[in-house]
Order: sequence, then structure tokens, then C-alpha cells
Amino acid sequence: MKLPMSWLSDYTDIGGVTPKEYADKLTMTGSKVESVENIGAELDKVVVGEVLTCEMHPDSDHLHVCTVNAGGAEPIQIVCGAPNVAAGQKVPVALNGSTLPGGVKIKKGKLRGVISNGMICSHEELGLSASLLGYEPEYGILVLPEDAVPGSDIKDLFGLNENVVEFEITSNRPDCFSIIGLARETAVSFKKPFNIPARKFSETAENINDTLSIEVLDKDKCRRYCSRLIKNVKIGPSPKWMRERLEACGVRSINNMVDITNYVLLEYGQPMHAFDLRNLAGHKITVRRAAEGEVIKTLDEQNRVLTSEDLVIADAEKAVAIAGVMGGFNSEIKDDTTEVAFESATFDGSSVRLTAQRVGLRTEASSRYEKGLDYNNTVPAIERACQLVEELGCGEVVGGMIDIMGNVPEQPVIAFRPEKINAFLGTDVSTDKMIEILTALEVKVDTDAMTLVPPSFRPDLQAEADIAEEIARFYGYDIIPTTLLSGEATRGMKNEEQKTEDIINSALTAQGMSEIYTYTFVSPSVFDKLSIPADSPLRNVVRITNPLGEDTSVMRTTTIGSMLEVLARNYNYRNAKAKLFETAKVFLPTGAGKLPQEPVVITLGMYGGVDFFDLKGVCEALFEQLNINNVSYEPVSDNPTYHPGRCAVIKCGKLVLGTIGQIMPSVARKFEIETDCYVGELSLENMIKCADSNIKYTHLPKYPALTRDFSILLDKATPVAEIEKVMKKAGGKLLASLELSDVYEGRQIPEDKKSVMYKAAFRADDRSLTGEEADNLHDKIVKKLESALGAVLR
Amino acid sequence: MKEKLEQIKADVEGILKDAVDLDTLENIRIKYLGKKGELTSVLKGMGKLSKEERPKIGALANEIRSRLEAELDEKKSAISAKLEEAKLKAEVIDVTMPGRKQPEGKLHPLTKVLNEIKDIFIGMGFQIADGPEVEYDYYNFEALNIPKNHPSRDTQDTFYIEDNIVLRTQTSGMQVRVMEKTKPPIRIIAPGRVYRSDTVDATHSPVFHQIEGLVVDKNVTMADLKGTLEMFTKSLYGEDTRVRFRPHHFPFTEPSAEMDVSCFVCGGKGCSVCKGEGWIEVLGCGMVHPKVLANCDIDPEEYSGFAFGIGLERIAMGKYDIDDLRLFFENDLRFLDQF
Repeated sequence: MKLPMSWLSDYTDIGGVTPKEYADKLTMTGSKVESVENIGAELDKVVVGEVLTCEMHPDSDHLHVCTVNAGGAEPIQIVCGAPNVAAGQKVPVALNGSTLPGGVKIKKGKLRGVISNGMICSHEELGLSASLLGYEPEYGILVLPEDAVPGSDIKDLFGLNENVVEFEITSNRPDCFSIIGLARETAVSFKKPFNIPARKFSETAENINDTLSIEVLDKDKCRRYCSRLIKNVKIGPSPKWMRERLEACGVRSINNMVDITNYVLLEYGQPMHAFDLRNLAGHKITVRRAAEGEVIKTLDEQNRVLTSEDLVIADAEKAVAIAGVMGGFNSEIKDDTTEVAFESATFDGSSVRLTAQRVGLRTEASSRYEKGLDYNNTVPAIERACQLVEELGCGEVVGGMIDIMGNVPEQPVIAFRPEKINAFLGTDVSTDKMIEILTALEVKVDTDAMTLVPPSFRPDLQAEADIAEEIARFYGYDIIPTTLLSGEATRGMKNEEQKTEDIINSALTAQGMSEIYTYTFVSPSVFDKLSIPADSPLRNVVRITNPLGEDTSVMRTTTIGSMLEVLARNYNYRNAKAKLFETAKVFLPTGAGKLPQEPVVITLGMYGGVDFFDLKGVCEALFEQLNINNVSYEPVSDNPTYHPGRCAVIKCGKLVLGTIGQIMPSVARKFEIETDCYVGELSLENMIKCADSNIKYTHLPKYPALTRDFSILLDKATPVAEIEKVMKKAGGKLLASLELSDVYEGRQIPEDKKSVMYKAAFRADDRSLTGEEADNLHDKIVKKLESALGAVLR
Repeated sequence: MKEKLEQIKADVEGILKDAVDLDTLENIRIKYLGKKGELTSVLKGMGKLSKEERPKIGALANEIRSRLEAELDEKKSAISAKLEEAKLKAEVIDVTMPGRKQPEGKLHPLTKVLNEIKDIFIGMGFQIADGPEVEYDYYNFEALNIPKNHPSRDTQDTFYIEDNIVLRTQTSGMQVRVMEKTKPPIRIIAPGRVYRSDTVDATHSPVFHQIEGLVVDKNVTMADLKGTLEMFTKSLYGEDTRVRFRPHHFPFTEPSAEMDVSCFVCGGKGCSVCKGEGWIEVLGCGMVHPKVLANCDIDPEEYSGFAFGIGLERIAMGKYDIDDLRLFFENDLRFLDQF
């Protein structure tokens, strides 16, 4: 909402307050100022000039050399190229050193050898619209009215010395979508008197009821409908002062009658409509629901199809306006309009909002109505319109007004408990001070019953807390003391899951993994890209009904796609290597009408000089930090997203912790990654279940260990996990540790075999083992390897 | 015999004088003083000596032995010291060459800032709650005093899953979820993702993060709200930071406010970051609306509370001077590595 500051003086006096002080004050009382703009700020040293003489330039067929009285002691010489310049005109003159809109600087200079001390300007060069001027000026320089005074600032002539304050108005304050509403807030903020000037106009002897009849059929959706009739209408331009105010508020001037409705809309915040009476069939207005499928052509010449939920203003034959949204094309004011019916009405906010949504039209009127307008504002607004008609001399007001009340809400009566308000705010505001604030806000205070009745233009004031806010706003949010919480102490701490997440973050970063954040909604095509089978439950997704686009239309059930996109992005940015992780949710549907499950997944991803065992190493380090023991890695060859020979499911007992592996090269290529990349998904929930937070110390060994090396040859396909299982079983309690030192395949070894080397340490808790005992254990393990796995000692 | 002993002494001392390495010393020791060395073999001839001479020669031999051993040791440490010195000289390195570090990963800047915020509130006795991102309309709107067709729904462009299920547009629904489950005193923060159908640009993202805060107890006042948030802000931005509470409107708090902090770039003088205002808006807050308390079966006559919502991205952008929101979700390592 834009407010030209000079407009305030119609209702209150804040003389001497600078725009900055004004903006700060209003912001602190709750009307947030977005900006203050001086609309003539770009114009400097541009004055009215009188062209004294105008001769042709000696060396040009189109330039004129003029002497101009620009208010100085001596006339100045200006060369002008406009065809319409002539002696005797009053013109805008940009003096030497002046600036024009767009940062244009004017300096004196020579034009074809003749000195020019400035520039005579066109309306475009001054940034003045035809709408502000009230007419379309001829081509060339702007000719000013004859009474303009030479030397006076051009900004004063066009009302450009104006500071326009732009407010952010919150949805609970429909009253502040008006100059009067903002003036009231201004007056209370600065503790100044506030007064709305009386509305006076004369009426003809006729009566409106003799010409027009009005019926309201839906009294819930139409809370009040007022109409007045204007005859002998003379359509023409509005006066300068009105055009300037409209322009400053960003409203284009159309003609006097339309401008009056727009002016009242800005001033009173009450949308008005003007019907051309000759187009109202039967001179009858009915406020009714639209017929299902009824079509109306609105002012913007679009056909709108309505439903029976929409409220229309109709004449005897057809709909002539969509109530609260837009007028119809057929009854628009035209240049030859002679009789006008003004409408000033209140419609139900929700109904207008829904209709505006359905027909896809959000107008100045609808955006005000939907916040809930004051039914007591219709009469003052229509009176103000009549007053302006008289003032502008563009018609005569026919006697009488039609005023039909619908169902209006009752004003709440709120208990006034000053001590409760102080307890709530933590303040010590006196009752008198509260009464002063509330009275200024036009809340009726009954000090006997200690009750409050808010004015009808304040639908936001419903209960005690709302009153407390009014007190706080004008007492000063900044004066409310700052205290710390008292009362019963509470424990501030993280729960198990949150602590686990912290451990995961530090364990993974310690392993060189950097954290990423990705969008949780993805493209449905991601499943095909990941080669996820058609019947996979992962394809059962939570779908967004109104997504921004297909690419972000489903909630992800796997995070692999998001990770691959980020890996691809880094790959394409030529980052040589990447090791990344993300902690985020996936969304698994549980059926219509129910919320999905949202398990948290830790996603790992890497490329660049890494292989499967780097990724596995990260997992091992993570499990170690979380104290997850007895983890097994089982090969998976049938997960189509992963390489069939380089993928494992990770289990702790029977619980699946996750899956890791190399991404199938064909899948990686679909994400435009032309290198091996490794990805895994781990379940936070299952990791928490398996994490043993109960750590107990084991005594350090008292006796030394003896080591023995194992070098065995066996089938290539035998996993080392199998070998270790056999060795551990054979070694029993005395086998203290087992470390894989080498695996070799290739020359000197049969093709289907591999050589595996282990270093084992043997130790007893109660004595030093003898060399013989260690040798025996070694032999026992070798025998077992031979019998169980067909291994051969090398 | 005496001469022989004196000769050994002279020989050894002669060689010792020129010895420069430890091997020579060891050889001398073996040759002259060892078990089969010359001194021993001289002493073997002692039997031939008279009773009177034997102790004298014995004493002389011992004296020579211990003297030579002392000289040998002395020479040995002199040579060792020289060798050590030469070795140290040879081992000089260029300490300006780069160190060898274990490559550590980085936490995302949003996590880093969130961790800081969590720590501050934990220190003030808050716990951390988590809730669903796909949420019932009831929790996201209805229970927060935002009925269907409420105009404030317009400003929050909502993604719908079904008629009554949305992607949460704010973490404020967590107020209701927490109050339904917990009885006062309540002090929680609830960080999480929220969704609004904004197209992506430098300052908008359809996915972003909020941190909801809620305090409910007997006698909680607006002064407590101001004090708590001021303490939070000073902990996050430093003691010199000033805060400003401006009246605002949220349907689920009354009175409501927005909190600005003095610009962290110019300190309040006005600059391009704060658009000349000297203040930067960081959060919305207010006293929990009595209707919201009542919706959760908490008697507003007995209890009061305050709530706040912090924009995580906004805080992180301010803290790290980040000018484009998209960087957070692009995850370029050249960006991530900076934190």
C-alpha cells in the first residue's frame, strides 16, 4: 500500500516529521515501511521558463535559438530542436548542471557553433505520463499552462515534491489498506488528533427509488449493499490534484467518474463500482448467486464461466459484475455516459477469495474484500464519492440512497483486565494509559463493566490477546523489558537419535566425506534412470498434486538419484574427486489419507581414485564409532542399480544396515558420470538399533602374543570372510587377532586360484604360550583350511 | 715387562690420537685390551716375576688398563658427538614445504549453523523435536488458527499431496504436535525442512529450513520472549549485536513480532546488505495464540507461552556472507570445502 505523505494532512498533523522518522515510527508501531520514495528525486534544477524570442539557427534547418526567462536576472540562450517551440510559451527548462530521470545530466555546450545554456524538455524527458498530465501532449516540448511562474521548480508544478511511503500491510489489517486507516495509525503513533473531514453534498429533489430497485438474495455473501444515483454526468479528465494523488499511489487516471471510484478506494479502502444506468436492464439490480455455468464478459473483455457458489450483481436480464471481483464489460462507464449508479457494498471475504481463485482474477477490489471489509464503511465511502462528484462538477446527486443490510457479524465484547494484560506482556502499563491507547484506536471502553467493544473496522480484535497486542504496539515493543525464563527448570539435551547423528557427522567427515543437502522431491523418471524394476516397491511414491514441474513432482523413496546428480554436477565441474554424504529422509507411502513413513537415510557417494574398499572402509569406520559389532557384508549380484560383482548388503545379525557398491556403469552414464562411482544407503534407524552404547573395558593382556604367518592357496571364488570364519573357529579362544596381509592372483599361480596371506597372533590370558603351542595351533588351522576349503599351504 | 706395558700404553695413545671413527676405537680395544689382547698376554708372563715385582707390575698393568679404557671412552664420545653433529647437519629440511594432512570432509554450512543454534538453546534448557515433512493440513494450518480460506494461506504457496495432506510450509505445526504429547513446562526447538512453491532464484527455494521454538509454562511473558531471543542472538552473533522487535502478524501468535538484528556487515549504519536500514530481519515470533493452546487442551487462563521461527538459510547467508541461496543445494565441492 502506497501513501503519499502530503495526503496525511487531510486527517492529522505530523508537521516537522521527516520521512525517515515517519518510517521508523510507523514500522515500530506495526505498519512496516518497505520504502520511502521521493517521486521527483531524479529531477533536479528543472524550472519553468518563458520563451522570450525564438529564431531559426543560422546553420540548421530545424534548430531554434531561443532566449528564455528562467527566473534569473538575465534571460538565457537555449538551442532547441523541437518543432513546436515558439515565443511566448511557458516551458520546462533543464538548466546547466541539472539532472533528468535515468541519471541524464544536462550541461551547457555549443550546438553547431551556438551556445546553449540548457535544454527545453518534453514530457517524456521529464518522466511525466500522459495520465498524470490528463491529456496526450503534442510531439515536441511540453507546453506548460500560461500561469506557470518562470523560475519555479517544475516538481511543484506537477506535485513531484512528494514522498511516497510504501507499507507492507499484514492480512489481519484490512483497514490499513486505505489512506484513512494509515492516517489513523499515524495519528495514534504520534499521539496527534485524528479527524475525518465531513462529507457534504447537495441532492436533487428526485428519489433514487423512483428510478432504481435493488434486491439482495444472498444476505450471507452480501453483508451490505448501498447505491446512489448520479445524473447529468459529464465524463472528462479529473483535476490535476486528483491525478497527482492517483499517480503517486500508482493508479492511472482514466476519467473523472472512474477516478472518483479509485480515489475513494484508496482513501476509504472501500471498493466502489460505477454502472452506466442505461445498461442496467429494467433499472433493477439483483445480488444473487450465479447460475451454474453462467458466463459474464468482464471489463478486461474476457468471458468468465461462473458456478453457483459465485455471487454476481445482475440486472433484470444478466449478470453485470462478479461481486467484489470485477465489473462487467457491458455496463462500463463510457465517454457518453449520462447516468451512473454507484455501488458501495460489503461481500463475504472467503466467498470473494474463492470466486477470484476460481475465475483466476485477483483485483484491487478482491484482494481487499477477501481480508474482510467493514460493513460500516459503505455509507461514508459512497458519500465521499458523491461529494467528489459535486466538487468536480461532473454530475448531480439524485436524492436518497438505497441501503440494504445483510447478515453482519456482531461486535465482540471483550473483558478488560489490565492486570492480566500486564502479566501477559511482562509490563507495568497503567490502566489510564491503556484506556488512552484503546480510545485513540476507537475501541469503546466501558470502565464500569470493564469491557471493550472494538470498532467494526478492526475484525482482528476478537479477544484479550489481541487487545494486549494493541497496548504493546503503542506502549512500545522496545520498552517492554527483557527477562529470562523463570519457573520450573527443564533439561536441555539431545536424545539418542540426535546424539547418533552427531557421531555419524563427525565419523564421516573424519573419513574425508563432505556433507550435502539435496531436494527431497525428485523426477518420477529417476526410477528408470536407476534401472529400478517396474514392480519395485520403490516406485510407489508420495506424489505432489501441484508440483513446480515434473522434475520435482514426487517425494523420493531412494536417495541414490539425488546423490548421483550431485556427483555428476561435481564431475562436470571438473572436481577431480568427490567423497560426499547426506543425512535426509525418504518418503514411503502408507496409504491414502495417511502420512507416509519418513525414515532417515545416510547416503554415501564417491568417485575419483577410489574403489569399493574405500567406501567399505568409510562404513567400517562409521560402525566402529557407533560401536556396531558383528557386521557382515554379503555379495549382491541382482540389484540392477549396482555392479553385479561389486555390491554388498550390510547386515548386523538379521538387521539390514544398508547397501553399498559400485553404481552400474550404464546407470552412471545416464547421470553423465563417465567414471566409476560408488554409492551406498544406510538406515539410521537400524544403525541406532545395532549401536551398542554400553562400552565396557577389557583388561589389557598380561602375557605376550606369538605370531605365525599363513600363506595358503585356494579357489579364487572363496571369499576371505569364509576363510576367516574357518580360521577363527579352528583357532578358538587363543587366536587373539587375525590380519589379512595380502591377496595375490596372477603369474605363478593357477588361473582359478588365489594366494592369501594372513598374520595371526596367539595369546593366552593366564600364561605365556610356548612356541610349540603356537606351532600346533598353526598346524591345526591349516588342516582345517585344507579340509573345509581345499586350501593348500604354500 | 714394565717396558712392554709402557710400550703398549704408548702405542695405544699414539693410535688414539689420530683415530676418527668408532671402528678404529673398537679395533684398538680388542687388539690391546681384549681377552686375547696384548695387555692380557703381557700379564700372562707375570708368573715369571719375583714375589716383590708381581704386585708392582700388577698395579701398573691395572693402572694402564683403566687409564687406556678412560681415554678410549673419552675419544669415543668425542667422535660420537662429531658424527651426531654431522648427521644433524645433513638432516636439514625445508620447513616451509607443505604439511601432510589427513583429508577431512566438511559439514554442510547449514548443519554447522544449525549445530551452533542447537547448542545455544540446549544451554538454555531446550530439547530438540523432530516431526514429519509430509503433514496433515490440520497441523500445518487448522490447529494454528489458519482455517481453510484464510487469506494468509495465500502468502504460503502450498504443495498438496491430498486435500488434507501437504508438504509442511512451516515448522510451526510442531508446536501443536509437541503440545499434544507433552504437558508444560515445555521448552523445545524443532528444526526441519519446509516447502513452498516458489521458483528457484538467488533468494527463493521451494525447499528451505526453519527452526521452530516453543516455550509454554505458567507466567511466561512477552518480556521472557524478548529476553530469550535476545540472549540467543547475542550468543550467535556476539555481545555487541543489538536486536529490535517490530509488531507483525501471524495467525498463531498474539501479540506477534518480527525480530531484526543490527546489520552484521555495517553494525547498523546502513549498507547494501541491510538496504540502508541498519537492521536485518532474522525471525518471526510471538505469544502463543490462546486458541492454539486451547486446540492442544492447554488452558490459556493457566498457561501462556511464546513461539518463534528462525530461517536457517537466512542466518547462514548472513553469517558466511553467502549471496545466493542456490549454492546450498548445488553442493559444489569448491563451495562445501570453504566451511
